[in-house]
Formats: sequence, structure tokens, C-alpha cells
Amino acid sequence: MDVSLLVRLILLLPLVGALVNGLAPLFLPSLRQSEGLIGTLGTAVVAIPFALTLYLFMTYGGDPVVVDFYTWMAAGDLSLDFAYRVDELSLIMTLIVTGVGGVIHLYSVGYMHGDDGFWRFFAYLNLFIFAMLNLVLANNLPVLFLGWEGVGLCSYLLIGFWYTDLSNSAAANKAFIVNRIGDFAFLMAMFLLFSELGSLDFDVLLNEGVSALSASTINWAVLLLFIGATGKSAQIPLFVWLPDAMAGPTPVSALIHAATMVTSGLYLLARLSPLVLNAPVIMAVIAIVGALTAIMAATIAIAQYDIKKVLAYSTVSQLGYMFMAAGVGAFFVAIFHVLTHAFFKACLFLGSGSVIHSMEHVEHELEHEHGEDMSDFDPQDMRTMGNLGRFMPSTSATYLIATFAISGIPLLAGFFSKDEILFKAFEYGFNGHPYAWFVWGVGIITALLTAFYMTRSYVLTFRGSPRWPKPDVVHPHESPTTMTAPLWILAFFSVVAGFIGLPAVIADGKWNLIHHYLGAPYGGPVAEPELAAHVPLALEWGLIALGSLIAIGGVAWAWRSYSAHGVAYDDRLQARLGSLYDWWQGKYYWDEAYDRTVVRPLLEGSRQGLWPFDDYVVDGAVNGVARLAQGASGVLRRLQTGVVQNYALAIVLGVVLVIGLMLFG
Amino acid sequence: MDLSEAYLTLWSDLDGVFSMALVSLVGLIVVVVDAFRNDHPSLPWMGAAALLASIGWELSVLGDAPGTALFGAVRTGGFAAFVNLIILVSGLLTIVLSVPYLDQLKRAYGEVYALILFATAGMIMLGTANTLISVFVGLETMSICLYIMTGLVREDEGSIESALKYFLLGAFSTGFFLYGIALLYGATGTMVLPEMAAGLEASGSTLLFWGGVALLLIGFMFKVSAVPFHMWTPDVYQGAPTTLTGYMSTASKASAFASLILVLFYALPTERWSLVLAFIAVVTMVLGNVLALSQPNVKRMLAYSSVAHAGYVLVGLTAASPAGYAGALYYLLVYAVMNIGAFGVMAFLEWDGKEGREQTLDSLAGIGFRRPALGASMGFFMFSLTGLPPLAGFTGKWFVFAPAVNAGLTWLVFIAVLMSAVSAYYYLRVVYVFWMLSPEDVPEAAEAQNAAFPVPASSIAVIVACAVTLLVLFVLSGNVMGFAEGLFEEAASMASMP
Repeated sequence: MDVSLLVRLILLLPLVGALVNGLAPLFLPSLRQSEGLIGTLGTAVVAIPFALTLYLFMTYGGDPVVVDFYTWMAAGDLSLDFAYRVDELSLIMTLIVTGVGGVIHLYSVGYMHGDDGFWRFFAYLNLFIFAMLNLVLANNLPVLFLGWEGVGLCSYLLIGFWYTDLSNSAAANKAFIVNRIGDFAFLMAMFLLFSELGSLDFDVLLNEGVSALSASTINWAVLLLFIGATGKSAQIPLFVWLPDAMAGPTPVSALIHAATMVTSGLYLLARLSPLVLNAPVIMAVIAIVGALTAIMAATIAIAQYDIKKVLAYSTVSQLGYMFMAAGVGAFFVAIFHVLTHAFFKACLFLGSGSVIHSMEHVEHELEHEHGEDMSDFDPQDMRTMGNLGRFMPSTSATYLIATFAISGIPLLAGFFSKDEILFKAFEYGFNGHPYAWFVWGVGIITALLTAFYMTRSYVLTFRGSPRWPKPDVVHPHESPTTMTAPLWILAFFSVVAGFIGLPAVIADGKWNLIHHYLGAPYGGPVAEPELAAHVPLALEWGLIALGSLIAIGGVAWAWRSYSAHGVAYDDRLQARLGSLYDWWQGKYYWDEAYDRTVVRPLLEGSRQGLWPFDDYVVDGAVNGVARLAQGASGVLRRLQTGVVQNYALAIVLGVVLVIGLMLFG
Repeated sequence: MDLSEAYLTLWSDLDGVFSMALVSLVGLIVVVVDAFRNDHPSLPWMGAAALLASIGWELSVLGDAPGTALFGAVRTGGFAAFVNLIILVSGLLTIVLSVPYLDQLKRAYGEVYALILFATAGMIMLGTANTLISVFVGLETMSICLYIMTGLVREDEGSIESALKYFLLGAFSTGFFLYGIALLYGATGTMVLPEMAAGLEASGSTLLFWGGVALLLIGFMFKVSAVPFHMWTPDVYQGAPTTLTGYMSTASKASAFASLILVLFYALPTERWSLVLAFIAVVTMVLGNVLALSQPNVKRMLAYSSVAHAGYVLVGLTAASPAGYAGALYYLLVYAVMNIGAFGVMAFLEWDGKEGREQTLDSLAGIGFRRPALGASMGFFMFSLTGLPPLAGFTGKWFVFAPAVNAGLTWLVFIAVLMSAVSAYYYLRVVYVFWMLSPEDVPEAAEAQNAAFPVPASSIAVIVACAVTLLVLFVLSGNVMGFAEGLFEEAASMASMP
């Protein structure tokens, strides 16, 4: 089959789905109840592109294929082409987006059952897939940016999906506004690159960019792009929107705010890796920001009670991990972690969705059949859960698998990718980049914390004794198959996905398939630094052993503590850690700090300074001009007398004027 | 060459002038049929079929190389096909919209459609003219049909008045035009556009030549209603039946501009005239936009807006580059679609029984909620006329302004952009009144509340199609513009060959 046709189909099917799901029920309200139809169409337009991508993946010849649809506009040196690029990196990302996306669409059929906005939800979700595919398949920065903004819009729409609740709308606004700050930097980066290079095509950017651009230009461009990435991929200082984004329906959290959209910053860095490698100072910044984000979010996650908040901070922390990898030049490892993280984090989020789903039923049953006052009940609060494993075996088992995977228990997916990141950091330090030691150290501690807080969330939710009111009478039920089947699919990949990236100790790295697929030394698109010094084999084994021990230790510690004491163990932690724990629980007071230093001064300043300025100076000028124009119009109108002789006179005057100008002008 | 040989050549050139021949022929048939079956309802559809067939023909010859037909009287090839498409599509849209509209006015005369066809044939000749004779014949064929169409509603004094004004001033300007042709012939010894430059060099009478050019330009400026030759426009547009006004304001302008482009491109050296056009463009844009501000009647507002848009097209022409000419062509295409659409909407929102001549914009307060398809389409047209993306009006402005900047006329484009900003006021006011003003707040709206506004589904479909076309033209702007630019580059490279 023709590649160009396939790319067209892959891109346009989700768009068609979005249009049909969005427009048909909008104009024909009777369609809104046909959940089967809407859900099938919505899932099919993602599943079919997945199959097509799989075909492309299988038949890929090794040379990038650029599919140029058409030139949208050309002005001066700028030529905006809707061109898409099929290569190893975009194929992997497309597989993740359509594959995980398809599974989550399937899950949503069950999760959103009975919601009034079912059709709207699927329209947004399909639109998101379309935008995300634009992002990962683009062959130039402007089209990538279109996708970048598109996913931002869909994220906004889906976070505020239940918009009648004001706090959801506020969360959506926050996500959008914070992202715009990053997008501004992204735009500046594009302007800079265009003014220096005259093109934003990846071919030009990556092949000529390194030699044609000055060192400081590359530094600035990479820094600005990284700031853009901190917005979309939730890093310090712009991560604050992601935890709030959990206000959206849980499939959205899984798809957009864990598996795909938030990793687009990493994709951007990996795509531009040849440029990034030429900005060593900025790489250090990226690595350190990533490390700080990782450990900060991990510590916050320990002190959260909301099951989705734990996962949200865990996502921020894992994204920090990926930036650590990017900052030490291991871009392919970052993509590897994007891949494994997509599986286990989506699995965890969907599992939490399944839990919330059943806890909502518990709440409903207690309120309506037993007359309990449930106004204080929060179906997402782990303090009201406990022993759900008895009632929800599939959810519990898959959640446990994914927890082990993210903790880095040996031979599961997370183990390989996380260990590779830590090893690459170590190796980079070994090659004389001292900041990489810091990154490595922070990474080790974060790994321990990750294992701890994830096991905590598992034990509090699925083990121990039930903590909701009247547990002997009312108990939760396992979710329907449309929801558990996706969980098992994702759990399966959380187990096996790691084997495509076996570490270097095995057969000297010969089986590190993803490295061979993506890495520039093997003809792939992802560049990597040249490292002279090799870590001795024994030390490598030692590092792997250390990583495994850390993971197992963290899991065991949390398992024993929370099994023995339940929620009460948090109080012990608090007592032992004192004010440090308060900082964690208070999320380091980022929101409060931003509120005090940015939001309020801005609002106050606008109210005191800009408002009057706008009212009197700007509006005054505008209204003045408008009045002037109206006045002129009123006067000039009189010229139009309606008398034909006067019209003829005007023509004669015009004739004199034109002849005069022509002959003597 | 004896006569039989001439007929043979005419016959063999028929494919070059297929549309003109077909449209004229069907026009004659319509007149004849109308004589026996007075105002038969099939007459408009015969015309529409002829236009549709011609559109198909022109699409098939769009890629042809430039050439001439009928002993060098008209041009053929891509440029001619492009211009003809604008004219033919405008004609087709007008016929489809006019059938229900003229039925409502009780003026469903068969002759109207014959006149539209004859005017279309004249426009085709004008827009593809290769000699000054063809320019003149085409211009007059078109104008005379338009004079009659303006006065269609014989019992209405406003309609009669505007027809008479149009005729008198048209005759007046034709005098200048003809005089210009005479002077040019005197200076160059030829009527054929591409041979004029050589003729001028041979004779050396530059004063005569440039005087002729000035008078010729005046004739064109009158037809495209540039200031100060625009005075007829508001009165005529306001008084004529609305769908026919849409036709007048788009197709006739497109063909006059196309003809002007041919004259500028083939016949004139680039010196001198650019400044004149720039000057006229400035006063046209300023006066058109400023006067449109204070018009309470939408048809009159659209008339001044059409004056202003002539100014924008002139900005593209002042660049005197292939890109500028191509931009002007693209603009004319977009303008035809959005203006016919806008007049089409207004045609079906008339309630005063005087072809919308007296009803105010405010009387249509909140009409968007009663006629959502018309209201939403009007939004598209107004936003596009303002020049906002993602509609073709934006790329159109871009394509006429950018070449002018490249030609060093930044000051001119500066004024043009400022004036576009002014235009936002009166265009968006239409959207505001249609959708945001409540009929209870406006005293004039009471009468309009009782009007039925019957709109046939076919007309709604045509109007919505126009609105969607604006989106499509925006998305495909690069392709259309690239094609148009290619036309001039191809012609230029052919001209430079010995």
C-alpha cells in the first residue's frame, strides 16, 4: 500500500470520527442516546489507524518517508507545508498514541456509560488523537506546533468536561493558561530558529542547523523549546496544572495526562536531539530540572490521599525521570520510558478509574437505599477504601502488576527503562559531566520513593479492612468487561514491554532493540553523545543490583508498614518527619506562592493600573477615532447629492486629476 | 485571404471561444423561446445549463498554454479560463438565486435570463480581450445589459432612477474611454495590446500615448467604481434588484479588472501608471470605507464596500508584478463568492417591497435566530469581507498587499490595512445586529417581525455553499495563487521569446 495514502488515513480517520461524533448528535439529539454507535465509531477510528501504523511499522524500510500533502501558504522565505514524516521515532510515537489511545477509547465506552455528554466526550477524544498525531508526525515545527496547540485545546475541553462544576472549569483554565506560558517560549524558539536559519523543516533543522547556527543561538533555541516542554510535560516551574487536571474524567487522565500529551515535550527534545546535544549547558539545566521535579513530585505523592492525585504527582515525577534521561543525552531511553510509562501509568489510571467507578456506586447505594448522609464522602479518597481486592479481583491484580512495574521490580517493564535511565546518568557522570552524578543520586532516591508511595496506594486501596460506612451491607463490584479487558491488555504490556530494551550487560547491548531501532549510530533519528569511557562490566551489574534492591526495598517497606498499620502509618510518618511532611502535604506551597507572587499582583495591577488606562487612554483613543470617522463620514455623505449632474462633475474632476498625474506626475 | 478561409479559421478557433459562443447562442435561444412561451419557467434553467456546460469546458482548458483566437481578437489559455470561470460561476450563482427572488418580486421575466447571458458573453469578451476593439465591444455589451437589468422593476421609481443615472454616467465615461482608444491608436498605429509597446517606440509620440492611457484608465475606473468615478455605485446598487446587484458588483468588476490587467501586462511600460493607480487606490479605499460607516441600509453599505474593495484590488495592481496581478485575480474570485453570497442573503431578507432599498439594517435585529442558515452564512461573508482568517478574504488581502510591499509601496499597504480595520466596524455590525440585537430593542424591527421571509431550500444551499467555498479557498489559497502566478510567469516567458 502507498505510504502517502496510509498516512492520510491514519491522520484523517480520527478527524472524521471527531466531526461525525461531534456534529451528528449536535444536530440530531436523538442520536445522543446511541452509545453503541458512537462508542464503536469513536474506537474504530483509532483502532484502524493503529492497525495501519502497525503495517507501516512492519514494512518500514529504514529511510524516512516525507509525505507532503500541500503547501498551505508561502510568504517570503516562509513556506508552510502540511508535510508529515514517517520514521522510527514518529512510528513508535504513533503506535503509542493509537495503541494506548484505542485501548482507552474502549475503556471509555464502559466508563462514560450513561453520561449525558457521551457523544461530546468521544468527539473530543477523537479530536485529541488527531491533534496528537499531527504533533508526532509533523515534518516541520509549525505543523508540530499546530498539533501542540490542538492537544492543549482538547486537554482544556476534557479537563473541563463536566463544566457545570466551577472547580472543573477553573482547573481547565489553569491548565490552558499555564500551558500558554510554555507555548509562548515555544513560539519564540520558532521565531529565533526561523530568523537564523530561514526554515523550520526538520530536514533542514537537523542536517544544516548544527553547522549553520551559532552556539548561542542553539543554546537559546533549546532553552526556549525546553521551557515550552516544561509547560506541556509538567516540569518545574510550570507543572502546577497537571495535578489539577485530574478534574477531568479518568480516561482523559490516563490518555492525555499520563500516556501521550504530557510526553510530547520529550518527543520534541528527542526529535531535535542533534540540536540539543550541541547545547551542553542547557542539557545540564534540563537534567537538573528533571531531577528536581522527579524528587519533588515523588515526595508530594507520599502525602496525598486522593488516589488520582497520587498518580498525578507520580506522573510528574516520572516525566522528571524522562527529562533526566534527555539531559544526559539518552534521548532514546527517554522515549523508551515514555513507552513503558504509557502502559503502566495508563493501567494505573484506568485501574483507579475502575475503583472510583465502583466507589461511586457504593456512595449512591448508601445514599439512596440506606439513607446515609454522604455529603462528605469522596469516592477518590483512599481513606474510605480498603480491601477492594476482594471485590474487584481484576482491577486489583492489574493495579498490582502496574505498581510493581513502575516501582522497578526486576523483569517488569519499568525496571528496564528506569534502570537504563539511571545507568545512562551514571555513565554520563563517568564520562566527566559532574552534574550527571547529582542526577543519578536524585534518581536513586526517587526510585525508592516511587516504590514506596505506589505500594502505599495499592495497599491502602486494595488491602486491609474496608473503611467506607456499613461495609458489611454495601460493597463495591468489579467493573464491566469493556473496562477490565483494557486493564489486562495494559497490564500485559507493563510486563513484557521492557524486553525491547535489555541493558548493555546482556550480550554487550546487542539485544537493546529500541536502541538499535531509534539510535543514530544505527541509522535512526535520535542522536546520542559520543562517550569515550565505558563503565566496567562488574560495576554495571552492581548498578543493576542496586536498582533492583532499591525497588524491592521500597515495595517491601511500604507493604509491611501499611499492611500493619493502615492509614495510621501516615501519622507516624508525619510525627517522625515533622514539618518536612507538612511541606509534602502542602505540595511545597507552589500554588500559594504563585498566587501571591504572580496571580494576585497581576490582578491587582490590572485593576489599579491597566483598567483605568484601558478605560480612558485606549478606549478614549479608539472612541475618538471612531467618532472622527463617523463625523467624516457624515460630512462626506453630503457629496453624494443624488443629482446626476454633480456626479458627472466629479468624473470631470477625476479626469483632470488622472491626466494631470499621468502626464506631469 | 478570401472569405471562405476566414470562416474556416473562425470555425477552427471555436474551441478557444467556446463559452462565449455557447452563452451567446443560448441567450438568443432564450429570447426566441420567450417570444413564443412567455416567461416559461424553464428559461432560467436553459441559461444555467449553458453556464454549467461552459464551466465544465473552461475547467478542461485551464491548463492550456496562452494563445489568441479569432484573428488575435481574444486571448485563450489558462488566464482566459480562470477569468471566465469567475464570470461564469458568478452568472450561474446569480441565476440560481434570482429565480426564487424574482418570483417573489413578481418579475420572473424570461428576458432577464437572456440579459444575464448576454452580459456574461460581453464580460467574457472584455475579460479576455486582446485588442482595444474587443475591450470596447465587450464593455458595451456588458454595460447595456446591466443598464436594463438595473431598471427591471419598471413601476418602481427608485429602480428607474438608478437605471437612468447608470446609463447617463456610463455613456459619459464611455466617451472618455473611446477617446482614449483613439489616442492610443494614433500613438501606436495598432489596436492589438501586445504590439502597442513596439508601435510606441516606432512613432515616439509619448504624450499622445500617455494621454490615451489616462483616458482609457478612466473608463476602467468607472466600471470598477473607483473614486472619484464611483458616484453612480451607491444609487445603482441600492435601486437594482438585489441578486442582480450581486452579479453587477462581482462579475462586471472581475471582467473589467481582468481586462485592465491584460492592458497593463501586455501593452503598457511599467513607468508612470503605477503612481496614478496608487493615488486612486488611496482615495478609493479611504472614501469607500469611511462612507460605508454611516450607511443604515445594507445594500448601500455593500455598495460603498464594493468601492473599497476595488481599492484593495488596485493596491495589488500597483505592484506591477506577476504576483500582484495573480493576487488581484485571486481576490476577484474570492470577492465574487463572498459578495454574491452577501447580496443573496439580503435578497431573501427583504420585507419593504422595494427591493430592500428602504429597509434599515437595524430592522433585521435578531434575524439570525429566525433564519439561522442565512444568518450564519452572512457571518461568514462579513468576516471574510473584513479579511479575517480562516476565510478566503484574509488570504485575498494578503495576496494583493504582499506584492505591493515587495514593490516598495509600504505606505500604500499601511493605508490599506488601516482602512481594512475601519471596515471591521460596518461589517461586524451586520453580524451584531443579526445575532446580538433583540428585535424588542429596535422600533423599526416591528414591521420586519411580521414578514415571512420565505426562502427556498435550493437558495439556502447555494448560499451555504458560498460560505463553505470561502473556507475551501482559504485552505487551498496556496494552490490557487500558485496557479494564477504561473499564468503570468508563463505568459511573460513566452513574450520574452522572439
